[in-house]
Amino acid sequence: MAEDKLLKEFKSAKEGNIPKDLSELSEEEKERLRFLGLDSSLKREGEYVQIDAKPVVCRKQVEGLEILPITEALKKYDWLSDYYWKLLSPEKDEFTKATAEDLDDGYFIRALPGYKIVYPVQTCLYIRTEKVAQKVHNIVIVEEGAELNLITSCSVHPHVESAFHIGVSEFFVKKRAKLTFSMLHVWGEQTIVRPRTGVLVEEEGSYISTYVSLYPVKDIQTSPVCRLVGEGAKASFASIIANQPGSKIDIGGEVWLEAPNTRTEIISRTVVYGGENIARGKIVAKAPKVKGHLECQGLMLSDEGIMRAIPQLDSYFYDVELTHEAAVGKIAKEEVEYLMARGLSEDEATSLIVKGFLTVKVEGIPPTLQKQIDKVLETAKLGF
Amino acid sequence: MTVLLEIEDLWVEVEGREVLKGISLKIPVGETHVIFGRNGSGKTSLLMTIMGFPTYKVKHGKIYFKGEDITDLPPYERAKRGIGIMFQRPPTIKGVKLRDILKLCAKENNVKIEELVRSFNFETFLEREVNKGFSGGELKKSELLQLLVQNPDLVLLDEPESGVDVENLNLIGQMIKKLLQKDTPHKPRTKSGLIITHTGFILQHVAADLGYVIMDGEIYCTGNPIEIFEGIQKFGYEGCKNCLKRLA
Repeated sequence: MAEDKLLKEFKSAKEGNIPKDLSELSEEEKERLRFLGLDSSLKREGEYVQIDAKPVVCRKQVEGLEILPITEALKKYDWLSDYYWKLLSPEKDEFTKATAEDLDDGYFIRALPGYKIVYPVQTCLYIRTEKVAQKVHNIVIVEEGAELNLITSCSVHPHVESAFHIGVSEFFVKKRAKLTFSMLHVWGEQTIVRPRTGVLVEEEGSYISTYVSLYPVKDIQTSPVCRLVGEGAKASFASIIANQPGSKIDIGGEVWLEAPNTRTEIISRTVVYGGENIARGKIVAKAPKVKGHLECQGLMLSDEGIMRAIPQLDSYFYDVELTHEAAVGKIAKEEVEYLMARGLSEDEATSLIVKGFLTVKVEGIPPTLQKQIDKVLETAKLGF
Repeated sequence: MTVLLEIEDLWVEVEGREVLKGISLKIPVGETHVIFGRNGSGKTSLLMTIMGFPTYKVKHGKIYFKGEDITDLPPYERAKRGIGIMFQRPPTIKGVKLRDILKLCAKENNVKIEELVRSFNFETFLEREVNKGFSGGELKKSELLQLLVQNPDLVLLDEPESGVDVENLNLIGQMIKKLLQKDTPHKPRTKSGLIITHTGFILQHVAADLGYVIMDGEIYCTGNPIEIFEGIQKFGYEGCKNCLKRLA
């Protein structure tokens, strides 16, 4: 279906079946949120939960941290207009346009200058109602010298068959600040997802993004654009994807190295059980003395799927170091046999190899987030 | 004498090529047997067939383990029944740590992994990706540790000394001794071994009960392992051929 017709089949999230608070959710829904880590197992500094168009949880535990629904933040802070729609344009495509025209809220999270928020802040954008399009706009600002670990766990009601999520996100990482942003998503088989993300990193700042999607989803297309505008800034992107039959996942990452001594690494690991996967990565050197590396690895587990790896390196200067490596292939027979000789059945061996393949240790990621990612990998049915 | 492994007239093909031609042997409980032979003579094929790797197709003959016909069982079923193999060139498995593999090997066995690993000075390897960047000696240590944890009744070792520096040879020997209960001479042994060796190194550490010479997929000679090894050192494998002619 053409992209511009996709949205027409969905109703506004404002018409959703929205509860007053989380206690009104069914046991099944609560179980799903628990699975996503929205329980006491994950120590956190703040949380934001939005159901369809309504924020239902918005709280913070520590000083130096602000969490507000974006609609409230826009009323409260005039200066937010300097950030709102500054990294992305409403005119970018029909999804940004739809979000600009009819916003279903979103979160505003800010770490104040110098505050290092140790434990994660967790957000959850949850679609509860059938045939709803949820259109959110998020702004995250990590002020000078501050640190923030954000984990977002988006999902749909276990019985919602068809849903649409658009997330416009603009992230600002100021001088010497650090933002780790981890997305652990459990969408539905009929969910369409269109995240639109822009990131700006200033001098000596760092941005670390991890995207994990191991469950069926109908269609994801996203390509965050990250600009490193201050000297010494860095960014890393890791995507860990299990592409299930019937899923179309097109995930990119674009990093613009716009100041000297900036560097980036884009890593993607994809296991294709079926469906269609496109792993894109693009690094643009717009300043001298920059470094970038792109790594894209795909593991094909059947003939029923398609995998495309599309790495791109653009340089406008001679004194740069840009590299990429891409590999797509099958599980090595020797590895399966090795594990079988240690007592694992063929399925168990395959599952362990797939899990190992998807285990990417992202440099700079805090242990609590790594634990959460490991937990998701542990629980997912990998293999056959 | 209880027989642990019995092989009866085993004929095996790999990709249409005959690699074993009518092998028969018996390994009693508690005994260690050693295989000699040139490269490409079929030694590794015999071990791989006993473990049950599907590339090695049994065309004729039977393999019995603890009295059960295991000829058609997959490797993991054989592992569960008590057969363990040391790989000569084990693969690297991305993202899987030595600790993960040791845990798998342990299964129900109540083995203190940390303690065992420490006793062989290998604890820094626990969190490393299995076999990645391991030296020759480290690969052997890692393999033997896995087997010690797995605790099989029949141990298949393919050239345990290859690629190991002199300094580590002794340690590898000690590990094999432990694996085959050769370090506890007064107890009745329950562990058996089938070991391929080129250099005869293993004979200095483990008192082997029987030796075989395999040539061109057949067992040419069976006898005292030390005598066989000395014969090979003196006359080479050509000597084995002549010896056989003499017997004929």
